[in-house]
Amino acid sequence: MSTTATELNSIIGSELDSDADQFLTFILGTEEYGVDILRVQEIKGWDSVTPIPNTPEYIKGVINLRGTIVPIVDLRQRFSMPEVEYGPITVVIVLKIECPDRDRIMGIVVDAVSDVYDVPPEEMKEAPDFGSVVDTEFVRGLATVDEKMIIILDIDHLLSGNEIQATDGLSA
Amino acid sequence: MEQFHQTFFEESFEGLDIMENELLNLDVGNVDNESINTIFRSAHSIKGGSGTFGFTAIAEFTHVAETLLDEMRDGIRQVTQESVDLLLKSVDIMRDMLTVYKDGGDMDVEKIASVQNELEKMLGNETETTSTDNTITDDSAAQSDGWKIFFKPHTEMLRTGNDPVRMIKALAELGEIEVVANITHLPGFADLNPEDSFLAWDITLKGDIEKKDITEVFEWVEDECDLEITPLANTASNELNAQTKTVSDEQSKTAPATAAPVTQKKQPATTTPAKPSTTKKSSSGEAASIRVGIDKVDEIINLVGELVITQAMLGQVGGEINSDETHNTFQMEKLIEGLAQLERNTREIQESVMRIRMLPISFVFSRVPRLVHDLSGKLNKKVNLVTLGEGTELDKTVMEKIGDPMVHLVRNALDHGIETPEQRLASGKGETGTLTLNAFHKGGNIVIELSDDGAGINKERVLNKARTNGLVGENEMLTDDAINDLIFHPGLSTAESLSDVSGRGVGMDVVRKNIKSLGGSVRVDSDEGKGTVFTIQLPLTLAILDGQLVKVGDETFVVPLVSIIESIQVKSDNLNGIAGKADLYQLRDEYIPVIRAHHVFGMEDNNASLNDRLMVVVEGDGKKAGIIVDDLLAQQQVVIKSLETNYQRVDGLSGATILGDGTVALILDIAGMIEMYKKIGAPEPTAPVPPNGKDSNIADEAA
Repeated sequence: MSTTATELNSIIGSELDSDADQFLTFILGTEEYGVDILRVQEIKGWDSVTPIPNTPEYIKGVINLRGTIVPIVDLRQRFSMPEVEYGPITVVIVLKIECPDRDRIMGIVVDAVSDVYDVPPEEMKEAPDFGSVVDTEFVRGLATVDEKMIIILDIDHLLSGNEIQATDGLSA
Repeated sequence: MEQFHQTFFEESFEGLDIMENELLNLDVGNVDNESINTIFRSAHSIKGGSGTFGFTAIAEFTHVAETLLDEMRDGIRQVTQESVDLLLKSVDIMRDMLTVYKDGGDMDVEKIASVQNELEKMLGNETETTSTDNTITDDSAAQSDGWKIFFKPHTEMLRTGNDPVRMIKALAELGEIEVVANITHLPGFADLNPEDSFLAWDITLKGDIEKKDITEVFEWVEDECDLEITPLANTASNELNAQTKTVSDEQSKTAPATAAPVTQKKQPATTTPAKPSTTKKSSSGEAASIRVGIDKVDEIINLVGELVITQAMLGQVGGEINSDETHNTFQMEKLIEGLAQLERNTREIQESVMRIRMLPISFVFSRVPRLVHDLSGKLNKKVNLVTLGEGTELDKTVMEKIGDPMVHLVRNALDHGIETPEQRLASGKGETGTLTLNAFHKGGNIVIELSDDGAGINKERVLNKARTNGLVGENEMLTDDAINDLIFHPGLSTAESLSDVSGRGVGMDVVRKNIKSLGGSVRVDSDEGKGTVFTIQLPLTLAILDGQLVKVGDETFVVPLVSIIESIQVKSDNLNGIAGKADLYQLRDEYIPVIRAHHVFGMEDNNASLNDRLMVVVEGDGKKAGIIVDDLLAQQQVVIKSLETNYQRVDGLSGATILGDGTVALILDIAGMIEMYKKIGAPEPTAPVPPNGKDSNIADEAA
């Protein structure tokens, strides 16, 4: 069930343009999001977690990832999107987060993994300012692939220590 | 370059420890050559390394100390207590300098210069006085005539980037040179490997040259070549010597070995005295070992933890297949057998891996001799140090943290415990006091005993002091143990005079605090006039914890076994409320607050009543409390993992662990939970009124 990033890279890598950044995309509702593929450690199926008391709702809990305790964040809840029942294609993407003090390993729960795309830096568009309607702080940019819009996330910002402690102030 | 620095510092600090150790063990009257050699080698490597990395201050300083050692090694200089003390001082200076280079900061230039002066003074003095009557110093007398050098690089020397031609050129700069190449070992052209060296050289160097200038040329290759440097004038007299001396005379055999073909330092191939003692050397701190980063070890520990879980899973599956009879029984048996073997092997691997982190306590004990040496000098006391059980192993992390408390206890024993020689004689004891360090394993713990045969604790004085400080009531009677225990109380020092050694009233409480923070305990027993024993008990490792698994809601938590006093079933008769806000439980003669784990952790509690529930009575930070849980599960050892590695600290939790089925369980921080309970209080509305109605009565009165 789990596929490592290197395997993913070697499967798909040959078809890709080496200049462009590669992004792993996943689905939340009807939207498609992307994260830098080099940060993806592993993709695994949703499995039960151990909840941590007194933490924000979107921190689902911690799992044992080969002996390491890894916190899991529900991205839908993080973006205050309507919750859905976890199903067979619900996956956890394990990411490396670079924090100022140290690197962390965290997992995000998403509806499904979609694809891997090349996005040349010049094709990345800045996200328009939505003011208070949508918080675009966590959006690194927007990319268009096959006439679809992909929201590229700034996961360091999204999942760094200070942000995951904040319990409010999110509108999506 | 940076990564080499790290290794250099580690090795140098280790080298200094070895020097210190050997210096302290030196018996001034009867010096063991190998000890001096060991000390010299350490100094030499530090000098070489610091020169390479451009730490010139250390290199220069060490050079002076090394010269002194060199003379001792060659037998030119007598080893005196004075010189040993000076060398110990030099070790301190070198350690300070290394620390400055490593961590930054300012060097104490004056101190360095003063010790260096002392060293130079000692060097200057004694060489002059001894050189007149010592034949071995012929070397220096002969230096004006020149030297005969035999230089034969080992086959592989060229591969380390050293060039003989460059060395010969360097020699040529020193004086008039005559070089004869010896090509007898040159193989046929077909066998010639251009990367190997087959040549040897006989070099005659004439002129007023100091030997050290020559050895400096060969400094980098001394381990990779055969090298003999002989004073020219001596060659003839030496041959004469050899003829006249009888072969059976051991003493005279070693003498010309140092005098005539002055063999290079650290040169195993030609030095005769160094060889037989190599075996002895290994016992004095140079055990065969490799240097491995602790992170690599921890990674292995993690992986083995995973292996254990996988093994447990396979074992379970194996057990299930067993009951299914449709399978081939022969293959089944084989599978079951294999699984059993896997389990055994896995357990052994786990034990071995945990042992990697374990180090002998001698790492802590080795700091003590120096301390005793210095302090007994300062305090004018005579102390004999005995260490037992140095091979007893404990976890590296525990070891690192126990060092300072140990040092403090040793200081304390020397300052307050052991009396001055006069006092000792007056009380009918021997002049020399004894300080004994003993370590041994007991259960899953390591016990360290630190005992002295000094004056013991003056109970009356401690009690009086405690009374004046108001720690103990005027008429309160205390047992002897309780009085002894008072010395761990902050702000209670009975030293008559404050010294810079110990006794400012801070310390013993800090010692106890540090030991407690490691999950250990310390107690003191004292017999007035006869001595004091401090007994420290510590867990063998901080990586593993004995835990009681409990169920709260659907989740499993781990309560550290050390914090648990007892587990009881709540009887509503013993439940009381205060202001309708908190529950108190009457446990024999005391009242303890009742903490509902569900509430503190914001979980649903289906059972509102406390009656007949299970309560774990715990103690954290000296405070007792009862924690309500849903079920008590097994007791087991768990491997502690930090939540902070990938997440952050969470109130009320000290970490997490992985259970046998691979799921994560959180470890409770009892002291933290009690703090949280104080902040948030009991659930609102209050727990259902106990049948006897005490709760509401008290609430009414309070209102």
